[in-house]
Amino acid sequence: MTTLKATAPPVGPDRLAAFADATASESALRRFLHGLPGVDQVGAEQRAAALGTRSIKTTAKAFALDLAITMVDLTTLEGMDTHGKVKALCAKAMHPDPTDPGCPSTAAVCVYPDMVATAKRALGSSGVHVAAVATAFPSGRAALDIKLADTADAVEAGADEIDMVIDRGAFLSGRYLEVFEEIVAVRAACARPDGGHAHLKVIFETGELQTYDNVRRASWLAMMAGAHFIKTSTGKVQPAATLPVTMIMLEAVRDFREATGQMVGVKPAGGIRHSKDAIKYLVTVNEIAGEDWLDPDWFRFGASTLLNDLLMQRSKIKTGHYSGPDYVTLD
Amino acid sequence: MTFEYAPAPESRAIVDIKPSYGLFIDGEFVDGHGKSFKSISPSTEEVLAEVAEANDADVDVAVKAARRAYTRVWSKMSGAERGKYLFRIARIIQERAREFAVLESIDNGKPIKETRDVDIPLVAAHFFYYAGWADKLAYALPGNGNNGADPQPLGVAGQVIPWNFPLLMLAWKIAPALACGNTVVLKPAETTPLTALLFAEVCQQADLPAGVVNILTGAGETGRAIVAHPGVDKVAFTGSTDVGRAIAKSVAGTDKRVTLELGGKAANIVFDDAPLDQAIEGIVNGIFFNQGHVCCAGSRLLVQESVADEVIATLKRRMKTLRVGDPLDKNTDIGAINSAEQLAKIRELSDIGEAEGAGRWSPACDLPQTGFWFPPTIFTGVSQAHRIAREEIFGPVLSILTFRTPKEAVEKANNTPFGLSAGIWTDKGSRILWMASQLRAGVVWSNTFNRFDPASPFGGYKESGYGREGGRHGLEAYLR
Repeated sequence: MTTLKATAPPVGPDRLAAFADATASESALRRFLHGLPGVDQVGAEQRAAALGTRSIKTTAKAFALDLAITMVDLTTLEGMDTHGKVKALCAKAMHPDPTDPGCPSTAAVCVYPDMVATAKRALGSSGVHVAAVATAFPSGRAALDIKLADTADAVEAGADEIDMVIDRGAFLSGRYLEVFEEIVAVRAACARPDGGHAHLKVIFETGELQTYDNVRRASWLAMMAGAHFIKTSTGKVQPAATLPVTMIMLEAVRDFREATGQMVGVKPAGGIRHSKDAIKYLVTVNEIAGEDWLDPDWFRFGASTLLNDLLMQRSKIKTGHYSGPDYVTLD
Repeated sequence: MTFEYAPAPESRAIVDIKPSYGLFIDGEFVDGHGKSFKSISPSTEEVLAEVAEANDADVDVAVKAARRAYTRVWSKMSGAERGKYLFRIARIIQERAREFAVLESIDNGKPIKETRDVDIPLVAAHFFYYAGWADKLAYALPGNGNNGADPQPLGVAGQVIPWNFPLLMLAWKIAPALACGNTVVLKPAETTPLTALLFAEVCQQADLPAGVVNILTGAGETGRAIVAHPGVDKVAFTGSTDVGRAIAKSVAGTDKRVTLELGGKAANIVFDDAPLDQAIEGIVNGIFFNQGHVCCAGSRLLVQESVADEVIATLKRRMKTLRVGDPLDKNTDIGAINSAEQLAKIRELSDIGEAEGAGRWSPACDLPQTGFWFPPTIFTGVSQAHRIAREEIFGPVLSILTFRTPKEAVEKANNTPFGLSAGIWTDKGSRILWMASQLRAGVVWSNTFNRFDPASPFGGYKESGYGREGGRHGLEAYLR
């Protein structure tokens, strides 16, 4: 069982106040974001590649595989999703390996807003969260009130976490304050009547932001606006998550904690299909942000096929041989 | 949660270290006529093999064998044919890369990660690169004053190499010499002879004509004999400035050509607009790569005052993640110091740094009980007058100085008897170009450090030596 926190950590008014000056105007915000240290692309990619050469074996591998399973946001975001498919996914999230009660459950299932109620019912009190993509996912091309209604609808249906997309068009044309204010508004829409909040994950679609400098700026923008998590991609645009992009975001959350004392989570999503890749991400979390982030409250994988590979590797370690795709469930 | 990396040792099974080795002369392994010495593993102090120490008579035999091979075979062979041998050697090295990597790591103490990903791939790359030049030498040195004639080889090259990159320095020396039509007598360093002896096997495997490559193991005396031998036409040396000076004296008045690649005390200069996370990696790579046993190591960090505190704090945090230990563990970042002698020198200079008032800091790290180890170390508050800012420590020890203006950075960077390399970290392209034109250093890296490529020339200013190795420039040292 995962031990995810039931309610969001206290971010909001405090954090907004801390950055009141930097976000007072479009020009102030631009100055702040463009004043962040640049990223050298060659050096960043070299560093990420070097982290990818760490050799994680035996006990370390077993630890990493179990940890990775607890960090999976098991995702289905297809036009052809059905209630039955979502229920099956929830069963898988709660008991990824039905033959092994010791196998941990995943952190969450991630679905479209209209599937939230179904997922919520299926997951019951298992502790597995329901994450909903909202704000006109994946393009984010809709009016603000529609995005807010989309969010509120998912929260009302019981979503524990909201994965919103930023307006990449506004970001790329330098209208940072617009992006900032939209995140603040969506975060407000994450409020529940009982006074709690759904966690807010902010998706940048880093494949569209193109440069690492933009990734770093978007990370700070979202963190200042009150994001609980920053997330790479929707999974609908290539490239989705990459190790260097995730590393830049991990540097950002690390630096943000140095500056404010507050932790923000990171979620790479899309394109992580193999255990070997997942372990490279965990090594990067460990060595860039530090072990405090080695926790499903602070690091997630947005993935669908990854889980089965993690399970196959896990059973390989336990039994000494590979089973094959027919020994793990399809969904 | 703590993510402990389990041991991930590379297997030693692939290497076959013989109990004793002779000399490689005229295509054969032969017994030496001198004494012998032991090569040990610096990480465990285990004796690896007994190695012959070539004496004057052995040197004479080897130089004569090289001369015979030069006059009868190698200088007469077409460039294209010589190139074929070099391509063959390069391919064999690639095929046996893991064997070389493991052996180098055992004998030198450097991490397998580096021998596997840096040393051995670069060795192969050097042979491939110079193999390609072998039949194009006529185009290598346009207008070299040869009255329009094609450039000619020099003859027999006597080459003496250091212990910090044993096989890579061998490649830097042998590949261009052979491509240009010279034959060689090479002496690997006393503490790291094993990969050179394995390379001798590769020469046999490649059917390289006998005598083209001769490998003589030994210490200082053997090196002196090679350099002083009248049958040697060209001396190439990489090592300490003191020995370099002695070599220059010994060849003075002869017609031997000389190239020397000596010490360094490189400035790694970080401006306040630098990409800081990458600069930190560059600082780490600059001084902790290969335990700091790098002649072009960025051993002086010059950091702009406005970001000094941030850079030092971030550097310390980064250093806490460096893994010091078993060189054969694939997760080791910093291996063993190459010898007891070198360790004593690093300790001595570090103690002097402390006594001179600089602030010494190392992350907490458990060092193994046997073998030669030194933790990654930085000194803050260092001034130009400190010995640790002037002398080459050749270990994982960084001296940190600050500056306020680009002019001051240049003055401080150049204020050293050495001039091998330098690094500049800034987002401003014009500043990179201006700095590079002002710095008296053979190699200037911008927004990177310790990056090598066979196509790029390498060499020093001032007491860092003369001549260039690598690239088209590297051919000049072996042609007339």
